[in-house]
Amino acid sequence: MPDDSSILRFEDVSLHFDATVALDHVSFDMHPGQTYVVFGAAGSGKTMLLKVAVGLVRPNSGRVWLFGEEITHHREQDLFDMRARVGILFQEGGLFDSLTVAENVAYPLTNHRVLREMITKGGSNGSGPRTVEDRVRESLRFVELEQTLDKFPNELSGGMRRRVGIARAVVSEPALLLYDSPTAGLDPITANTIIALILKERDLRNTATIMVTHRYQDGHLMANFRYNPNSGQVERAGGGGDVSQVSTKFLVMNEGRLVFEGSESELQASQDSYVRKFLRVGGA
Amino acid sequence: MLNLLKPPIEAFQEFVLLSIRAFRNIFRSPHYADDIFIQMDVIGVGSLFIVSLIGLFSGIVMALQMARALTQYGAQGQVGQIVAITLVRELGPVLTAVLVAGRNASGIASELGSMKVTEQIDAMRALGTDPIQKLVTPRLIALATVLPLLTIISDFIGLIGGYFIASTMLGLTFSEYWTTAWQALEYNDLFQGLLKPFVFAIVIALVGCFYGMRTSGGTQGVGRATTSAVVSSSVWIFVLTAFITYVWNRAFVKQ
Repeated sequence: MPDDSSILRFEDVSLHFDATVALDHVSFDMHPGQTYVVFGAAGSGKTMLLKVAVGLVRPNSGRVWLFGEEITHHREQDLFDMRARVGILFQEGGLFDSLTVAENVAYPLTNHRVLREMITKGGSNGSGPRTVEDRVRESLRFVELEQTLDKFPNELSGGMRRRVGIARAVVSEPALLLYDSPTAGLDPITANTIIALILKERDLRNTATIMVTHRYQDGHLMANFRYNPNSGQVERAGGGGDVSQVSTKFLVMNEGRLVFEGSESELQASQDSYVRKFLRVGGA
Repeated sequence: MLNLLKPPIEAFQEFVLLSIRAFRNIFRSPHYADDIFIQMDVIGVGSLFIVSLIGLFSGIVMALQMARALTQYGAQGQVGQIVAITLVRELGPVLTAVLVAGRNASGIASELGSMKVTEQIDAMRALGTDPIQKLVTPRLIALATVLPLLTIISDFIGLIGGYFIASTMLGLTFSEYWTTAWQALEYNDLFQGLLKPFVFAIVIALVGCFYGMRTSGGTQGVGRATTSAVVSSSVWIFVLTAFITYVWNRAFVKQ
């Protein structure tokens, strides 16, 4: 059993499709306020790790705990209420192209039973009553896309779509955020904007975050930079006491196996040739 | 041998499970009434013109072919009867269903398939909706409602097409044609002619959704799913019409 503070825990989780192995005896234990950065080549099982974490895919063996509750054998109906507390940014965006940006961002609020009930009862944390529309605006303002409310996703650029995806993931104020390759296919400047938004969300609300990526740069930023609410800027985390360095953990996956787990300095010191590949690619 | 059989059996199992869940959701909330009406509009109103056109020409062709055969026996007067029976029992339901399969099984499969490959189906599940409830059940209800209606329209316009030939080429009067056509039909034929499109509608909706929902492999996969959906729903329509006709004759028609 995981201890009470565990937010997500994998115990010996394996998943395979016919002959291909997606996850091979993966175990880890994540706590509130922690950031996990998952590196891996294409097809190394990174995306499946996230899908298994919220029960979108069932593992063949092993056990998964989400918010201290074992979800391995949960029925889909019960999983819906658990997923209401998790925000996900899909690799392909996963935006509904038949709905406007505003409807997309409102979707979790109007479709998750628990969130719907919370809104009809009034403010979630004593902040007064906030309507769905208020929260959608707030969330889009967060990603600086308030002007796109009535547009359709296919009218937006790739980077903007990714930002709408983030707005939809954070609108429910989740306790755990999962980002699947948030910077894939974006130019470096847009990619850094996306990472800055992820940092902002993480540091303003202290959300536990798992980010899957193949860009070392992304992980480096997550581990060493913080959002400063006073200046509104992303800054290098302060001096010797470096808190965020400690709470950021790096995982490296290879063909479904977890081949490395540790801090950034441990990652840099690793002699494993596969692990080192990710350090070189980033060039940071 | 066992490995060869595994994929089709697994696919069949998946199809059965999808069907059970789609039917079960009809009686479960939440109900997405908006989606049902949108689908009725897309499938029903959208197919109206083409279904009428095909109905008209199938009536015309039937009358032309039959006119030649019947003239040999001096029985041109029977043309209304024959057109009515063939259209209502068989041609109307099958042609309409094949047309709707080509138009909408492909539409459903490609729409759901694109949603699958762009992770919209996963997003739906992650954001609190059951994709079967939201996508499959509304399409099933919409098709099962509109296909029998489309078939009735197609049958009727086909009869008008038949009348056009009967009056212009065979010199039959209005009442000669319509009285024989009307009298030829029994309740038995009407029920058979309505049961078939209802069954075909279920097949088209479920097959289209099934191939859409199991799409993999990007845009190419969407193309494959669309083709498979049209091919298998069309084949099933012909297989089922033979089966229903056989069973119907055994059960309700005194030989």
